[in-house]
Formats: sequence, structure tokens, C-alpha cells
Amino acid sequence: MKDDSDSTYEVVLAGSGGQGLVSSGIMLGEAAILEGKNVTQTTSYGIFQRGGLSIAEVIISDEEILYQRVQDPDIVLALNDDGMNLYASLGEKGIPIFYDTTLVQKQEGENLYGYPFTEMANKLGHSGMANVIALGAVVAKNRMIRVESLEAILGRRFTGKMLEMTIKALYKGVALVTE
Amino acid sequence: MKQEVRLIQGNEAIAEGAIYAGSRFYAGYPITPSSEIMSECAKIMPKVGGIFIQMEDEIGSIAAVVGAALAGAKAFTATSGPGFSLMQENLGVAIAGEVPCVVVDVQRCGPSSGAATKPGQADVMQIRWGRHGDQSIIALCPSTVAECFLLTIQAFNFAEKFRTPVILATDEVVAHERQNFAIPAPGDIPVVNRKPPTVSPEKYRPFDAEEDGIAPLAVYGSEYVFHISSSMSGPDGVTNSKPDNIQWKVDQLNRKFEIHRNEIVLTKSYDTDDMDVLLIAYGATTGASRAAALEARKNGIKAGVLQLVTIWPFPDKEVEMLAKRVKSVMVVEMNYAGQVAGEVQKVIGSHVELKRFNKYNGQNISPRDILAAL
Repeated sequence: MKDDSDSTYEVVLAGSGGQGLVSSGIMLGEAAILEGKNVTQTTSYGIFQRGGLSIAEVIISDEEILYQRVQDPDIVLALNDDGMNLYASLGEKGIPIFYDTTLVQKQEGENLYGYPFTEMANKLGHSGMANVIALGAVVAKNRMIRVESLEAILGRRFTGKMLEMTIKALYKGVALVTE
Repeated sequence: MKQEVRLIQGNEAIAEGAIYAGSRFYAGYPITPSSEIMSECAKIMPKVGGIFIQMEDEIGSIAAVVGAALAGAKAFTATSGPGFSLMQENLGVAIAGEVPCVVVDVQRCGPSSGAATKPGQADVMQIRWGRHGDQSIIALCPSTVAECFLLTIQAFNFAEKFRTPVILATDEVVAHERQNFAIPAPGDIPVVNRKPPTVSPEKYRPFDAEEDGIAPLAVYGSEYVFHISSSMSGPDGVTNSKPDNIQWKVDQLNRKFEIHRNEIVLTKSYDTDDMDVLLIAYGATTGASRAAALEARKNGIKAGVLQLVTIWPFPDKEVEMLAKRVKSVMVVEMNYAGQVAGEVQKVIGSHVELKRFNKYNGQNISPRDILAAL
């Protein structure tokens, strides 16, 4: 676990190509920039446009970020079994692992937080909202950035009905952790 | 005006940097991990009155770039290993013709098609020696998104000032990472343009070098009619294989880099004042080396870092000066053979212990990798 003086947060978003993980990483990074923080976002992927294991990483810090990649994740979001299998054991070290129970087999263990992100998104009317719900939960859990900053970034990306839906999704995610 | 801080990708920063430097011509063929440079150019070039062309392959791409550059444009292309191999022949034409242009090589892992989405730094020697015959070239290596932007401008400035192709040698890690960066306002970063002729069209000779070793370059299609070809030519551009002329031409192609060596060779040093161990890094391995050096100091090892911003011409003096002061030097790079380590060895000889840290499995070199090897 990190101590309070450490301003650096290392985030891992793991799933399949096409699930929008890189977009989520970018939104998280842009929200941190609104708060004046330094950000590095990287991606590790295979040669497939869809499927396979794809990992998006985000590092947020008040300090200069020297090394681009995550070394010690502070929080993980897994959207497929491969991603979950890779990171689930970190839960025992006190790292919160969020995962989508619609897509990932349920696992028992310390600090494993399974929620039906995709099912919730479908109820909202768009499966693409799963990422936003999950981001809401992640951000509410460890306070690396303010939820309002993420809301502001959604406001730049979406308009009209779609924006309404994404903001609703964001706070659905926040509520999973805070209620 | 305060510029907006954005989350911007290395490849996007290269496209933006090229536009900032005044480039208005891009010809290319898409290849991972360089493709975002091309897609950005497809979006931006038409908006600034520039030309974007997707060519049939990389051979056509570099040919179009050479032609556009001679027609007066600041032209560039971007590719990765397989495409860079295809470009060597016409890159040789650009060198022989002293054609200012920029080629971005986003290095990926492995020989041949290799692992397209994984990083490598194994094109270092190809960048230097990929063409046949006596020739020199400039290559710059960005290690952050900010450097992707700034060194792209630097690459164009060197190309224009020294009438030469310049390689921006980046890698998959730096090309694909996104970081917060505010693109500087127009005018904040100096932009250099090539020297036009000062003589009348009748007196113009395309390879008449001035005192600084550089010949002014006229524009194809203007009243200046001149000839540039791949053959050994004289100052007037006409084919000439007499021994005196051959020697003059080869001298000319190499000497300009020697005259301006100190302006071209760029390095950055971190914590080198009191160090016992020197880490030498370039591109993606720079950040990991700096992080490892800081961590090593916490463990009582006084480590410093020399970042090679210019890799060709090789920063021999800079390496020598710092290596003299340490007990050991470690070169950190993503290739098997130690392509830069070999150059360092040439410079430092057997006076100082040289360690090579090489990783070539398509994965980043991490600070922990380096610490374990120190």
C-alpha cells in the first residue's frame, strides 16, 4: 500500500482489444491534466484489432514521470479472464482489483471487487457505458483524481443524449463504491 | 498566449512538430508502430495547405519525398524497420544529392516483419550504414513526447541547414506513449530554412559549397535549371568520375558533418557531477535509466546518466569526457548486439569497465532490470 506522501498513482486497465480500454485510459489522463498533474499513458497490445490481451496503463503524478510503464499498480480494472488471471493475486497485497462479473468468472479473494459493469451498461441503453461505470468506481475508490474532472472530460467528448447517459453511467460507478 | 496542455501521443507530437517546422509535404505507407504519424498528417496537412499522399509502398514514399524536397518543400515520411529497409536505396540518392528531408524510423522488435507492435532499438547501425558507399547522416533519438515534438523541429532544422536527410530514430515505446504536453506557440521555437542561391541562374551550380561547407539549394521548376542524380557528379551536378572529383565529392558529403559536429551532437546529462557509475541511454531507455540512477543513489551507488539525443554522428567526445571520471559504464539498449555499446567501446577502449545491458524480447527495459544489473 502507498503512503500519503506518495502522489503517484499507477493504474492498469486490462481486457481485450476493442473494449475501449485505451479510450478509458486517455479520459483518465485528460482528467488528471485538468488538475495540473503529470500523466503518462501507455498501451501494450498484440497485432489483433479485436480480442487478445490488451493493457492500457496510466500513471498520474505531481512529480516528473521518468519511467513510462506501471511497475507497482495501485488499482487494476480487469475486463476479461486473461486480464483478471494476470492481476488477481495483487489483491492479497492490498491492491484493489475491480472486474466485470458479466465478462469475467467470479473469483473469491481479498480486495477483489466484482460488479456487473456490462450488464449495468446494457440497462442504461449502451454496452459501451461499461467502461465509464468502471472508471467511476475506480476513481471513487482511490481518489487519484476528482470525479468532477472526469465529468468535465466527458463533457468535452460527448453531447446531447449520449453525454447525459455517460454522466449517469459515471455516477452509477461512483455509487458502487461510496454507497 | 498560454498554450493548452493536452494528452498527446509521441507519434502525434512528431506530426505536429513537422507542421510547426514548416513541413507541408508528407508521403508515406502505413506501418505499425508509425501509422499514427501518417493518419495525423492526413488530417492536418490539408488544413495548412500542405500535401499528403499515401504512396504504393515505402520505395515510392521516399522517392516522392526527395522530389518534393527538391521542388522546395520541407518533406518527410515515417516508417518502421521493414519500410526503412525499402527506403535505403533512395535515401542514398538523397545523401548523394544533398537533399534536405526527414525520415522517421519508429523502431520495432525483430528482424524482417518481427513483432510489429513491440519495441526495439536494433536499427542503430542500419540508420548509420544502411546505404552503400561513403556517406554520413544525422540521427536524433527522442525519449519523451515533448522531445518527439522538439526533435522533429530540430531534425528539419538540421536537414535544411546542412542540406542532408535526417533520421528521427524513435521506438515503439516513445511513439505510442501519451504524455501531457503544451505545443509551443508559433515563433517560440526557431525554424531554419535552407540557403537559396545568391548567384544568377546562369552561374548557379548545385554543389558549390560555401565556406561553411554547405551549397545553396535552388528550387526545381524555378528559373534555376540544375541536375541532381545518383551518379558521382561535380559541383555543377554533371556526372564526373575523374579521381580528383570523386575525392572532392566524398569529402563534401562527409566534411560538412565534421565542420558542424559540435552543433549537431546533442546530449543531456543527469547527476553526472559526482558519479561513480555512468549509464548511457537513448530513446525509450532514457527514462528507465534516470529512474534507476535515482534509486541506485538511495542504495549508495552514485550513478549518473548520459542521454544520447544525437546518435549519429556519434557523441564520442561527450562519452569520453564522462567515462574518464567513472569506474564503470553501462549502456542500456533494446537490442542483442549492443549497437551503441560497440561505439562506446571504441571510444573508451579498455580503460574503463564496460557493461552492456541488452533486452530484446519486445518488452521495455525497466528501472528494476537496470538496478539488478548494476
